Amino acid sequence: MQDQLLNTSHRPLKLSGFEAVTITPASNFVNIGERTNVTGSAKFLKLIKEDKFDTALEVALDQVRGGAQVIDVNMDEGMLDSKSAMVRFLNLMASEPEIAAVPVMIDSSKWEVIEAGLKCLQGKGIVNSISLKGGEEEFIRQAKLVKRYGAATVVMAFDEDGQADTYERRISICKRAYDILTQQINFPSEDIIFDPNIFPVATGIDEHRNYALDFFRATKWIKENLPNAHVSGGVSNVSFSFRGNQLVREAMHSVFLFHAIKNGMDMGIVNPSMLEVYDEIPKDLLERVEDVLLNRREDSTERLLEFAETVKGSVKKKEADDEWRSGTVEERLNHALVKGIVDFVEVDTEEARLKYGRPLFVIEGPLMKGMNIVGDLFGAGKMFLPQVVKSARVMKKSVAYLTPFLEEEKRLSGVVGKPNAKILLATVKGDVHDIGKNIVGVVLACNNYEVIDLGVMVPPEKIIEAAKRLKVDVVGLSGLITPSLDEMVHVAKEMEHEKMDLPLLIGGATTSRIHTAVKIDPMYSGPVVYVLDASRSVPVASELISPDTRKAFQEKTKQEYEAMRKDHASRQELKSYISLAEARKNKVKIDWDKSNLVKPSFLGKRHFLNYSLAEIAKYIDWTPFFQTWMLAGRYPKIFEDSVVGKEAKKLFDDAQTMLHQIIKENSLQANGVIAFYPCHRNETDDVILFDETDQNELTTFHFLRQQNKKAQNLPNFCLADFIAPETLGQRDYIGMFAVTTGIGLEKLIEKFKADHDDYSEIMAKALADRLAEAFTELLHKKVRKELWGYNTEEHLSEEELIDEKYQGIRPAPGYPACPDHTEKKIIFELLQAEEMGIILTESYAMFPASSVSGYYFSHPESKYFGLGKIEKDQVTEYAQRKGMSLTEMERWLAPNLAYN
Amino acid sequence: MNINEILKERILVLDGAMGTMIQRHKLEEKDFRNESLKDHPHPLKGNNDLLSITRPDIIKDIHRQYFEAGADIAETNTFGSTTVAQADYHLEHLVYDLNFAGAKIAREVADEFSQKEPNKPRFVAGSMGPTTKLASMSPDVNNPGFRAITFDQLVVAFKEQAKGLMDGGADLLLIETITDTLNAKAALFAIQELFEERGKSIPIMISGTITDASGRILSGQTTEAFLISVSHVPLLSIGLNCALGASALRPYLQVLDEKAPFMVSAHPNAGLPNEFGQYDQTPDEMAFQVEEYLKEGLVNIVGGCCGSTPDHIQKIAEAAKKYQPRKIKNMAVVENF
Repeated sequence: MQDQLLNTSHRPLKLSGFEAVTITPASNFVNIGERTNVTGSAKFLKLIKEDKFDTALEVALDQVRGGAQVIDVNMDEGMLDSKSAMVRFLNLMASEPEIAAVPVMIDSSKWEVIEAGLKCLQGKGIVNSISLKGGEEEFIRQAKLVKRYGAATVVMAFDEDGQADTYERRISICKRAYDILTQQINFPSEDIIFDPNIFPVATGIDEHRNYALDFFRATKWIKENLPNAHVSGGVSNVSFSFRGNQLVREAMHSVFLFHAIKNGMDMGIVNPSMLEVYDEIPKDLLERVEDVLLNRREDSTERLLEFAETVKGSVKKKEADDEWRSGTVEERLNHALVKGIVDFVEVDTEEARLKYGRPLFVIEGPLMKGMNIVGDLFGAGKMFLPQVVKSARVMKKSVAYLTPFLEEEKRLSGVVGKPNAKILLATVKGDVHDIGKNIVGVVLACNNYEVIDLGVMVPPEKIIEAAKRLKVDVVGLSGLITPSLDEMVHVAKEMEHEKMDLPLLIGGATTSRIHTAVKIDPMYSGPVVYVLDASRSVPVASELISPDTRKAFQEKTKQEYEAMRKDHASRQELKSYISLAEARKNKVKIDWDKSNLVKPSFLGKRHFLNYSLAEIAKYIDWTPFFQTWMLAGRYPKIFEDSVVGKEAKKLFDDAQTMLHQIIKENSLQANGVIAFYPCHRNETDDVILFDETDQNELTTFHFLRQQNKKAQNLPNFCLADFIAPETLGQRDYIGMFAVTTGIGLEKLIEKFKADHDDYSEIMAKALADRLAEAFTELLHKKVRKELWGYNTEEHLSEEELIDEKYQGIRPAPGYPACPDHTEKKIIFELLQAEEMGIILTESYAMFPASSVSGYYFSHPESKYFGLGKIEKDQVTEYAQRKGMSLTEMERWLAPNLAYN
Repeated sequence: MNINEILKERILVLDGAMGTMIQRHKLEEKDFRNESLKDHPHPLKGNNDLLSITRPDIIKDIHRQYFEAGADIAETNTFGSTTVAQADYHLEHLVYDLNFAGAKIAREVADEFSQKEPNKPRFVAGSMGPTTKLASMSPDVNNPGFRAITFDQLVVAFKEQAKGLMDGGADLLLIETITDTLNAKAALFAIQELFEERGKSIPIMISGTITDASGRILSGQTTEAFLISVSHVPLLSIGLNCALGASALRPYLQVLDEKAPFMVSAHPNAGLPNEFGQYDQTPDEMAFQVEEYLKEGLVNIVGGCCGSTPDHIQKIAEAAKKYQPRKIKNMAVVENF
């Protein structure tokens, strides 16, 4: 996952065309368009040779529209005057705003071509490539010039002895190049992009068996050892042995990317139309491709070739292609959205329209469902940006088909003529997410509002200008990512600055009522209203626009927000804070000399695969289950409750039935992994872990300390306090775990979904969540009694377990004692939790959702607490300890900051 | 005292328009000629940079008026002193002299003031305009791939200009009114070459021009893209000037304030020209608008461009005294996750 890189790389690579492009460790994989390359595209070569530069320009345009974020241009062909072709093409590209928006990668093996290209770029592009092939002196000369022209550069793993083809050669050349660049000529490390050579695999030659694996390993090494550097490569090379077999090649590219990105590859030259969706690769093919790429079997090449034979030729491919056409209309629309196929979208949309009766139902139903799946796959790293862009195109095309019917419906319903009011919508600057905003737009339009959609990344001055010029009635802002919150505050300020009083609607995934009330509302004297979802947008808009209700609604909202602010402030003001140094002096007092540091029964990892669900179910805590269903009360007393008792019992019986079914059919899989390591804490609240031999440092956990002023005798808690200090001279131990019971859930709810049975679907999800917690409880007990064995004599009832009456704790990153989600990554890496089927998304959510991870602390004094708010001194130091920038750290810890 | 140090303590004031002040003198062709130019076969009136040689008294007086008004930095009268721009007057051979003289007279006036007021040292910024030709855009709509000038030609031109400015005593180099980032990159390339050859460098200021409400410079880049494109050089400052009045620059200065790891400068026009091509924004009006961004802490250096006069600069200088300079925000901002 991308988030693995957060620690090692934090200075972003910044590039530009007409627009700025910032590539951070948290960015998604950057797709470099490769079609404008005469060595890779016969079509493009032909156009250039025939001097059809205008048509060649369309190739570049197609790539930008297809989602390429950087355009690679290569004119290296024996029959061409490469230098003049490069200059001419780049100059033409500069004159097409849509193409010129993105940065350029100048790709040539000839330095003079590269230099000529650099002289044409007003933006900051990328040189592809330089290397140590011609010795250090030439390398330094070229790198200095790259810097002087203001470009980033790809550095090939190539030296005087040739191209690196082993792991060791790859890393030693990259290290050497990195040191020369950063130490001798002060080349910015974030502007270095290594290409550690992607070579063909499954060639039948034994030496090639490790090519892909070595690339992955080298990538990981680079990201861990060469700060800020990036990794790129030409992906299609890997499948060279399977030329002519699209099916296998596309699968290989996708699987290669999946693993390469996991290991830290951040950009690559990829043809988006030659990529299969990872999850859509047939299981047997996937296994064989992975066998080859990861060199897992002696006969992996033979087995993939065997498979390739069976699907060879375009006829077979065509059959496989068309098979999906026999599914239901929902399945087809879903397939088309996930695969980005536009060919049949109109036919299918029409069929769905007839089936669903109203065009709006098609949008809200199958189309949204498909887009949700796309979003999930993307979040899990199983789809790549260009594919997602294609999916969005299918969506738009389908909506476009439905639009005339929506209009017609409006006409027939008699509400013709002047529309109700004008609503301006925009995704704020810095944010590109617009699916939610588009849905709001569609819903509003269906309700007879005239919607003016300014699109994504809209700067405040443009919003204000359009709002004034078009005399709109309402402005709606949308955003999905955290920084958009600040941008919305900014827009509100600017609107105030302009003395506007138009109602301002706030919506999107990260927005909230409390943020709107505390941060946005005070900036703007006009009405500001938080809108939870698309369905709420219509009533809110109508209240705000109607002269009868506007004033009352505005006053009511302002009052509500005012109350929320007061409440928020009162909670802030009560607290006063002390410096980190002072807080450290007031740590939890533990007499370590008298503490018994129990060594676990084993060190390192232990796996629990397919654990008995029947056993786990005994540990379920049912009270939260009822909370999920919004039934308040404690189990089992809740059944006696006069209000909800009866419903609770019914629900519980249904839950039992389904639970038994799940256990009987084994439809969920429970996997877990735990580990113990020797450790100690240092002065700055870090816990340093050592490997099983106790010799080598393994990793570091970073903990945060309470800073609120405490009453006498109360310590400023920090989890690190529960670990013995280095000065004790004796090792302590720490444990960690990751469990899931969500494997199989998707399949389980599939049939409920098909039946539109929301009840069973929610039930299944709620049960899976409960099982995950129960599995955690069960394992923790085993840990205490046998695996760590620090409390072999424990005898507690289930109720006492639920009340946490045991010794030791199991806090999880993201929870009150340790709210920093980014630490989860360290646990995941140590445990290699992905092997258990649990992955972290880039925002550190666990997938499947029914998963739990955390630390084990054994000391009898250890207890749960809430960190509360912390001050800047700690955040600054903490960011340094973690090697992250302060801004980034503040973003992750935003809810815990005691300052603005 | 080092300008970097001073900039941390207070907002520095750049001077105002040169052209507007020269216009007041109602000059004739003869004012643009001296002994060696008396037989030059082409008209020279309007080539204001030439006055540094033919009427240094006028130029020095303008510098003096701006320093008196409170400016800390004077811009040399060399905006068009490149071979590319001087080709219009067939004076390519005089380019080094124009720059040398422009820097020298500004230096003399600055030193006068620095001596009088040692705690307010005055600086000379060597003005480097965009030339008259663009490197990344075609002047011919029917031939978009055509370029009227190459990067290499610009490097030669800017290098000669920078040489003259440094030799004449400029403290800083100011690449300004950038309409095409590629021209600016050529200037930066030339300056870096020159610094390397001489083993000596002076601070570089850079200032782009947003031409209209699209928020882009003429060659198509957004403010942030422009910033990224010139950030490979350790700049003293990056900023915006010309084309727009103070209020209209504000959103783009906010971008620079947020993203730039350098000092930020602004020298807007005194509003927009009226139908007679005159600027009628009063000093108070302009200072009021500029004060908006001083309040917000957006800038470190502020001054005026077209239409501004010593009166405007005086009001701006008074306003600048009241506020703290902008603080450079986090150097390694990570965004858009």
